[in-house]
Amino acid sequence: MPAKALDARALAALAANPGCRRRAILDGAGVNKAALASALGAPSVFGQSQFAFVRGNAFEAKVKADGGTELLRLAHEKLDRAAEPPAGAHVPDLTAQGPEGRTARTELALREATEAATAAPGAWTLLDHPMLALDVAGSPAFLEPDAVVVHPDGSWTVVEIKSFPMLDGAADPAKVGAAARQAAVYVLALERVAARLEPSPRVRHRILLVCPKDFSNLPTASAVDVRKQRAVTARQLDRLTRIEEIADTLPEGTCFSPELPAERLAAAVESVPATYAPECLSACELAFHCRDRSRAAGAVTRLGRPVRAELGALTTVEEVLAAARGEAGDPDDPTVAALRRAAALRAEALADAPVPVAAREVAPCR
Amino acid sequence: MSLIATLARLEAVSTGRAQPAATVRHRHLSARPLVFVPLTTAGEAGAPLGALVGTDRDAPKLLAVPQPRDRDLRFAFLSELADVVLPYVDGFADAVEAAERAETDPETGKRIKVEVELCADAPQLIVPSRAGIDLVRLLGRSMRFRRTAEQDPEAPFPAPPRVPLLGRWLTHFGERARVPGSSLLLATTDVLSRHWATGQSTLEDQHLGALLAWIDPPEGRLGAEAAQEAELARDADGQLLCPPAGPATDPAFDNKLLAPAIERYDRARTALAAAEDGLEADDRLGALTAAEREIRALVESRTRPTWDAVWRGLDLLRELPEGARVEERWTRDRWSFTSHRDRVLAGEPPQPRRDDAVTAANKLAVREREQARLEAQEALDDPLVMAGRRLAGEAFAGEVVDVVMAYSDSKRPSPRPLVTVRTDDGPHLGERARVYRSLGGKPQAAEFVGREDGPGGDGGETLLVLRILDKMGRGKEPEAGSVPEKGDRVCFTLFEHEPRGGAKLPDPEETPWTHGGPPGEEAVPEAADPVTEEDLL
Repeated sequence: MPAKALDARALAALAANPGCRRRAILDGAGVNKAALASALGAPSVFGQSQFAFVRGNAFEAKVKADGGTELLRLAHEKLDRAAEPPAGAHVPDLTAQGPEGRTARTELALREATEAATAAPGAWTLLDHPMLALDVAGSPAFLEPDAVVVHPDGSWTVVEIKSFPMLDGAADPAKVGAAARQAAVYVLALERVAARLEPSPRVRHRILLVCPKDFSNLPTASAVDVRKQRAVTARQLDRLTRIEEIADTLPEGTCFSPELPAERLAAAVESVPATYAPECLSACELAFHCRDRSRAAGAVTRLGRPVRAELGALTTVEEVLAAARGEAGDPDDPTVAALRRAAALRAEALADAPVPVAAREVAPCR
Repeated sequence: MSLIATLARLEAVSTGRAQPAATVRHRHLSARPLVFVPLTTAGEAGAPLGALVGTDRDAPKLLAVPQPRDRDLRFAFLSELADVVLPYVDGFADAVEAAERAETDPETGKRIKVEVELCADAPQLIVPSRAGIDLVRLLGRSMRFRRTAEQDPEAPFPAPPRVPLLGRWLTHFGERARVPGSSLLLATTDVLSRHWATGQSTLEDQHLGALLAWIDPPEGRLGAEAAQEAELARDADGQLLCPPAGPATDPAFDNKLLAPAIERYDRARTALAAAEDGLEADDRLGALTAAEREIRALVESRTRPTWDAVWRGLDLLRELPEGARVEERWTRDRWSFTSHRDRVLAGEPPQPRRDDAVTAANKLAVREREQARLEAQEALDDPLVMAGRRLAGEAFAGEVVDVVMAYSDSKRPSPRPLVTVRTDDGPHLGERARVYRSLGGKPQAAEFVGREDGPGGDGGETLLVLRILDKMGRGKEPEAGSVPEKGDRVCFTLFEHEPRGGAKLPDPEETPWTHGGPPGEEAVPEAADPVTEEDLL
């Protein structure tokens, strides 16, 4: 089975749950988690509607049409008003053989564009779908931003084109957040390229987010500051180097091939601890498997991270309920005392209820 | 989440059924709500694909857009939606009762009472999930600035007659839904999860099917099991057995069923346009109708389970008795409905894209006040909510163990009895803190005088001495029943029962320069969105 290369989305998701060793090692090893999840009998539910796909592509093509004139106009207007307005865009050809070739070609184009900008002020360059390499835990991940703009002052900006609308100047914050996390990965990758150049050009920390305006198909843009996301992702990627350490703790011969029988595969996956939280459901292909495991173990985190934080040292459902019933736990522990108090108040309130709410419930099923 | 709510969730995990999170219903439910189950097309800014809408659970009206990219078909959808929603809304506009409202007299500047109309009841819109509320807002925004041919004969692509009006109403519903405790527009998942604690996270509670499975699992099944089935089970074709409550559809449905059906529809339409004679056209019209019928059936197959689920959710909620103060909050909704009815009748322009500074500040102030009111009222209506406040040290309940009569020091001494309450709760009482209890629905204030630790020593019972301050009548002796007696169970709160808002904000004409100054001289009606060839809505 071919290794699944890390993309910006996966890297950004890693940053969302940094403590999860399972995700770290599976991603680091390039395991196809979707195939793995299906083999484990808990298939992921991620998929893209072809309508969204077609629409996304059509919008991107429209934004970049005409040699990127509109895109550069937006970049000038939103990010760099002081610079000379773009007269004509320079769009270098970036085609090459394989991801390594395209990465090299991109780096060359970036260098040329930066030199051209210093030599002849006022020149704007647009790199359409460049390829960037980022070293993640010892293996290169190839990343493909929608576009990169080289400003007349030689600085670089990441462009992210999304097809969710910007309505009266505001877009869905959750979607903007996801776009910013993704763009932060590109900024990091660009910074690595910039560091290799002499003098090293500035990578702007405000990216250009291009979206359809209101209900139309016309592009509009907004500058999004991704410094925070960049810092978080950079820290996570540094921590990822510990993958080798995680790997060392695995039993010899551990293999995550989806072709293995389900039990052996489950055992292999089980040998790496996971940190499941409900947020995983929207970010990780393996989430349903981890959720089942978390349920089987009776962990309280599956009700949400805040719940876990509230309950201190009590980590399983039975522990908490036993403590609340007064069957276990140290009454001097403030968490246990609070739980008992809560249980007593809850029982009293349910008994006081205007109609007996609890009476309608059937007896516990187990 | 309070510890009590967490505990309820854990109990739900262990019993396999949702546990009560409230003992009364905290939201008003209309006797005749309008349920709206919309679907949108993926990737398009809320371009509708179809909907089920209506007030009769057995006969919803099915609306479908066979080609969501076609403006005429979208307008036809919105127009049909207006034909259902507007008569429903108008049905509440005429039955009015007389009410009084305090207004400032423009000449004297004094506060006077004015006789006004208040609609006797208001419409109520129910959508499956929170995303449905966002779609209602979005639809409202997309329609309210549209121009009909009558308003502007020059406008390209005029909207059907009642569509802009529908936009204004949906905007009003969407805006009202942001006010805490309001019930004009409700999301079923929100209301259900307010009243039941499931054994899953709040994120997973957003799935209507899973939520219902926890609250009311099928005979002999565990909630967890039924919820997982609702979330994930697929048929042989890979389609979810319990389709998402929308408005977004499942990608597998889009790719496997919907896309081919839309393609067949497009082909049939092209063929019809190319027909050369009447006979051929008749045949091809038949094919087109069949293709359209197929899409309608698909839309119905994805919305009908959700439609039934919403009604089932309403049934479950109706089993709970309504909280005592819910009616009062509904009256505020009726005021909100009445005032928007008046704005529409007065021919005022649609709600602006952006509020001016004073309107925005007012809206925020209202939401803050209503949030405080909701929290207080829910606690007073519901012992379970009050238990949470008691655990947090914001209220205490206990038995009166002693009452000592005392009087104020003024010339005409008024009663200021000292009441000693024995409680297990640990309220955070500061020196001379005010506490309140509900006396015949009105708050009675008391002052904290001192505390003694009970015989149990620390942590156990405490004796709190309170001085009752008001609601005892004008006489020297307090009115009967206005002072608690020895042996009474009492519950005092540290929060006010009827929270007051902040200072009154200025009129828009008086906007200070710090906030952009007064709005422009004459209100310019906002222009419609520019229409382009590829508009989505």
